[in-house]
Amino acid sequence: MPLPTPFHSRTAACCTSQSWQEWSGYLAANSYQMEHIQEYIAVRTGSALFDVSPLYKYHLRGRDAARLLDRVVTRDVSKCRTGQVIYTAWCDDDGKIIDDGTLARVGEDFFRLTAAIPTLDWLQQNALAMQVEIEDVSPDYGALALQGPTSRALLQSLVEGDISDLGYFRIVDEKIAGVPLRISRTGFTGDLGYELFVEAEHAETLWDALLEHGLDYQMRPAGLQALDMARIEAGLVQLDADFTSTRQTIFDAQRNTPYELGLGWTVKLGKDFFVGQEALRAEKARGPALQTVGIVIDLAGVESAYSKFGMPLHLPYTSWNEATPIYSDGDRRNQVGKATSGTWSPILKQYVAMTRLKPQNAALGSRVYIEQSIEGKRFAVPAQVVAMPFFDPPRKRGDANTPNTPGNSGGSA
Amino acid sequence: MANYDILIVGAGHNGLVAAAYLAKAGQRVLVLEKQPGVGGAAVSEELSPGYHFSTCADGTGYLAPEIQKDLGLAGRGLSILPADPVVFAPLPDGNHLTFWRDTARTAGEIERLSKRDAERYPAFVELMGRVATVVGGIARITPPDLPDVGLGDLRAMLPLAGPLRGLGRKHVSDLLRILPMPVADLLDEYFESDALKGAIAASAVRDITWGPQEAGTAYTFLYNWALAGTGLFRSAGVVKGGMGALTKSLAAAASALGAEIRTDAAVERILVEAGRAAGVLLAGGERIEAPLLVSNADPRSTFLELLDPTLQSARTVQHVRNIKYRGSAARIHLALSELPEFTSLAANEAPSRLCGAIQIAPSLTYLQRAYDCVKYGEFSPRPYLDLSIPTLLDPGLAPDGHHILSITAKYAPYSLRDGDWETRREAFVKTVLDTLAEYAPKIRDLVVHQHVFTPIDLEERFSLPEANPHHGEMTLDQFLHMRPIPGHARYRAPLPGLYLCGAGAHPGGNVTGLPGRNAAREILADKR
Amino acid sequence: MQNYDAIVVGGGHNGLTCAAYLAKAGRKTLVLERRHQVGGAAVTEEIHPDFRYTMCSYVVSLLRPEVIQELELAKHGLHLIPYETSFCPMENGDSFASYPDAASSREELLRHSKHDAEAMPRFSNMMYDMAFAVKPILGAVPPDPAYPGLRGLRTLKDLGKHIQGLGTDRFHQLSKIMTMSVSDFLDEWFESPIIKALMGLNGIIGTKLGPKSPGTAYVLLHHYMGELDGAFTAWGWQRGGTGGVSDAIASAARSHGAEIRVNSPVAQVLVENGKAVGVVMENGDEIRAKTVVSGADPRVTFRKLVEEKELPDDFVAAIDRFKFRGSSGKVNLSLDTLPEFPSMRDPGLIRGMTEICPSMDYLERAYDDANYGGFSKRPYMDIVIPSTIDPTMAPPGKHVMSIFVQYAGYDMPEYGDHNQQREAFGNAVVDTLSEFAPNLKDIILHRQVLTPWDLEQEIGLSEGNIFLGELTLDQLFFFRPAPGWADYRTPIRNYYQCGSGTHPGGGITAGPGRLAALEILRAGK
Repeated sequence: MPLPTPFHSRTAACCTSQSWQEWSGYLAANSYQMEHIQEYIAVRTGSALFDVSPLYKYHLRGRDAARLLDRVVTRDVSKCRTGQVIYTAWCDDDGKIIDDGTLARVGEDFFRLTAAIPTLDWLQQNALAMQVEIEDVSPDYGALALQGPTSRALLQSLVEGDISDLGYFRIVDEKIAGVPLRISRTGFTGDLGYELFVEAEHAETLWDALLEHGLDYQMRPAGLQALDMARIEAGLVQLDADFTSTRQTIFDAQRNTPYELGLGWTVKLGKDFFVGQEALRAEKARGPALQTVGIVIDLAGVESAYSKFGMPLHLPYTSWNEATPIYSDGDRRNQVGKATSGTWSPILKQYVAMTRLKPQNAALGSRVYIEQSIEGKRFAVPAQVVAMPFFDPPRKRGDANTPNTPGNSGGSA
Repeated sequence: MANYDILIVGAGHNGLVAAAYLAKAGQRVLVLEKQPGVGGAAVSEELSPGYHFSTCADGTGYLAPEIQKDLGLAGRGLSILPADPVVFAPLPDGNHLTFWRDTARTAGEIERLSKRDAERYPAFVELMGRVATVVGGIARITPPDLPDVGLGDLRAMLPLAGPLRGLGRKHVSDLLRILPMPVADLLDEYFESDALKGAIAASAVRDITWGPQEAGTAYTFLYNWALAGTGLFRSAGVVKGGMGALTKSLAAAASALGAEIRTDAAVERILVEAGRAAGVLLAGGERIEAPLLVSNADPRSTFLELLDPTLQSARTVQHVRNIKYRGSAARIHLALSELPEFTSLAANEAPSRLCGAIQIAPSLTYLQRAYDCVKYGEFSPRPYLDLSIPTLLDPGLAPDGHHILSITAKYAPYSLRDGDWETRREAFVKTVLDTLAEYAPKIRDLVVHQHVFTPIDLEERFSLPEANPHHGEMTLDQFLHMRPIPGHARYRAPLPGLYLCGAGAHPGGNVTGLPGRNAAREILADKR
Repeated sequence: MQNYDAIVVGGGHNGLTCAAYLAKAGRKTLVLERRHQVGGAAVTEEIHPDFRYTMCSYVVSLLRPEVIQELELAKHGLHLIPYETSFCPMENGDSFASYPDAASSREELLRHSKHDAEAMPRFSNMMYDMAFAVKPILGAVPPDPAYPGLRGLRTLKDLGKHIQGLGTDRFHQLSKIMTMSVSDFLDEWFESPIIKALMGLNGIIGTKLGPKSPGTAYVLLHHYMGELDGAFTAWGWQRGGTGGVSDAIASAARSHGAEIRVNSPVAQVLVENGKAVGVVMENGDEIRAKTVVSGADPRVTFRKLVEEKELPDDFVAAIDRFKFRGSSGKVNLSLDTLPEFPSMRDPGLIRGMTEICPSMDYLERAYDDANYGGFSKRPYMDIVIPSTIDPTMAPPGKHVMSIFVQYAGYDMPEYGDHNQQREAFGNAVVDTLSEFAPNLKDIILHRQVLTPWDLEQEIGLSEGNIFLGELTLDQLFFFRPAPGWADYRTPIRNYYQCGSGTHPGGGITAGPGRLAALEILRAGK
């Protein structure tokens, strides 16, 4: 039976749709209301409150904590200062990605790592003779993501101290309604936002405080459907949607490297030894076999396909994560990759998808064709390769003075 | 500071063999040994004044003949005194079995137990001899890089062609079938006498932790046969002066060929530069650099101690951690005032029958039951004892008229479930002497001095993790392309410039010198 | 006197499968079964009125999917109900259970070991991977390693290519699984003793080896093949009992025109000029056929059904040294009500499999007892209560319990004659099980005990080995049952073998029956 998260008594009360799914052994709401679009809109115009407690969370403490992490992850942990958070990937010896997550340096010798899959064993296996204590605190902490343009103001109105100048990818310990919590300015929506980690016993108090004041800031609880749309717009790859962990795969074809996933920027080849370094260095030298790029799907092309059935333009109502062939030609002869996730972006008014393509077809502006099946008949719909993120507002990393507009500095077609 | 081409960590017999071959090929070699003397586990020590024991390794005669010849060991003090019989096995009913080098003579002895077995014995010796020749060939090749076998590998396997022809095509199936078998099943196919089967099987499990019913013991049986040089399943005889004389002659050969040997030089770390082995750091802080390094240490020590484990790939670390060591023998050395009497042997027969190995392993069932205890972390209440009285061939090892008796006592698991070796030592020694007294009742009265080495002592004294004499068990999953770790069975470590030459590498344990010789061959091939 | 294209001696599931394939290819085929019903070890019998016992085999999972498809077994009555859970009571009063869904299983794993909960999915993936790696080997006809011939060389080349294609990591893993003990193998993955015990028990089933004996990791894989590659992905129960599987295959065979006679014991295979030409029945009747196929084990096939003079000496020697060493017994109970396991945390678990194997040491000690000629004083038991999922097995409210037991010796003279041995063994089973289910003794209405000796007497399994020969490395592939004769042929022309004593071995796989039939047809018989 899936377990309740520390917020379950509260999320269950809000979840009038009764639409749940299992996430890492926990119950997570797909959408709270029958209609998920409002929850998505809240991310981009007000604030959305996601229960992300099912994330795996690890505390690493001790003299060698940084050394262990530097052995495991691809980023350079020595460059992460206390109070800072970094996003990183980690790989096996062959440079194939195991998982990605955020790593927060809480103290000089104290880190918190979040992960999408269980990682305790991998950390322990790599700890060797090091002086580090690894603790799986996943069940001990609830986690909320408060994401959206009004999140800063809402949070500021609740905390005892001041978070208004908390920088992008920084953490601070705070209190809300007397409850201690750790706030990091991070998220999975590509918007201004925060993640709040609270001891499980105080989870409900925190939720109640946020809900009580949330309405004043256009905040509402949001589920996984809204989150998936937002993260696709933000161009953020997700485990089990866009890639599979090499620790959970059987066949080589299912394995990918950070370079192939557009996470090459997290690979710091220049640092001391880390697991996968040699393979990644070789891959960098020869160039990755695949590249992750965005595409914008030509609406006229979709419309034309539907018109063959006498039907009007039809766009997917929710985001999708099924692998979909991409061709270099409209006759579907030459497959050059696959799309892994896609969504209609209400804010961009574009039909976008994340793809993994052969490098020669991945140049910005390239024309490709995505397979679309209508009534069992397959079509190739034209699309154009664009940079990701699709949506990247200045407020995401900006300070309190950054204009709070729906503006976009991201790659447009 | 001198310049070296190659540093060798550890002056065990394999390190010395590698050093000698490399020096012979013109390499400037430095061997670094942390002990005050060379030899590793193959040493002789005057544990009591006037009594010289081969404290740890004592399997004389396994040293490959081509190594003895190539290095001219005979001219450097190596003198092997052969024994016949190979084995004397007293039985509880007062009977005994003696294995002579002469098959017919042995068959005559077996006849006392079973006429049928005596008839079958010659055919058994004949076929096993042929199969063992192939196993001896396997021991001399560099393991192929399975599953990616290239043309080079096929060429490397040429040494197998002769033995395979000798085996005969019809027997190829026998070879494939027998190698992964339990030695007990193999013997069941030929013999009915449990005592005979016990006597033949004992040496197959002498240095491993399994009982004779476990799959793969037929392989250790044939491995011993292949290298024993007696035409039988184990070696027999002594090195004049003890095992230390063997390694001293190797050291003398290496030195004469130009290798330098430094004792009291403990290597603390292998230095790595630009992703290659670059030299060593000694305990005193001294750095010695060289482009190539060879480790005679066991794989666990090499990868997880001499190298910084945090700089190894996750795969390597996992493979090394999975190596099974699990030693299960103790060594007990007795200084005796006179030759012990065995109830099954007339006094006048004793010197001629006791000069080979003496096995207290009266049946297959006895061996298997002795082994059962290890599975639960207990020592055997009725242990298998493997004895030698080297003074019968080399009286100089003890004062006039006195003798030394060395015992390998099994099974004594490295990890005891209840208590530890400090508290259980005396109880075990009593068990061993009680068992021995069943066959040689007056043994306790003859003991002048007694020296006990529990598995913990052997580990500490001889750098043998978990007291495994083979630097990792010789089981089927740690054989050929899997030894010492999968993917690195060709003597080359994952770190460029680092090689392995110890018993942890193919073909494994016993004082054969083959890992050292094979490693030297591969190093020289890489240098070309 | 009638003439057949093929006579199959023995109506076990492999004999029936072979007959079905031969009949399907148009051969006039006759199956001769000694007992009153077909099925061999896979039969259901009403020993106690209204209670139906699934006499020997009691679960189905290894049946090859291609056989199900090619013989249309679903049409012929194959109806499998999966066992969803495993329940393993522990000696400290706790228990461990596995569930069909990942979330519940994980929760239970977490209760025992966080590390193992994390390792389990990876272990399953690895085993799936290994099953994939050996699959082509299981489907190949083993050549003679010494004289492979052109076809054998082709087989070896294909397998070599397949193995090279596995890559180094998989090959190394395969090297380990082929040679290690299941205990050592699982030590590399898990830490919890109870989890290791439950995972490891499949390494000893049908084998006279303990979990610490090398070679048992392969037996684990052999069992995993069914779970991962078979048609069902889980151990299943055939509605009406395992006999239903044999009945379905028999029905398929008949539908293709095969004739099946029960109560028809064969005394000998007729051999003339080195060629099999038919059989002689125990009543003296002769039936002639162009081809004779034996579904019996190698000892019966070569040492009872034909005379020694028809066979080469080294072949006879090879058959004589082929190891059987039956080690498992069976206890079937009629129960007045359900047994109660105090350590069972979820009452629904009674419908699944119950395993009495609280630790590796328990299993190993059970083996030690039997290794020196007795039975396990506290044996390993694999228990199902089919009446909880199949109403045809017992009257309402009553139950039948099938207990597969290891280890029992073939002959255990220290307990007296075979009747006394059987009783003593049955008592040990009931006594041990009562430690975990205290009400057991009060609810037993009837008990049937089968020792390996009984299995030999009843079913004809030599030394009671349920796999018709041990699954050890020296008895697999090339060597099953003898080098040079692993391709279903025999030294006697037109005499073939199709039982589990041939490649790919034991369990209700139907693999040997199918491969043998294909070889016979290929030879144009």
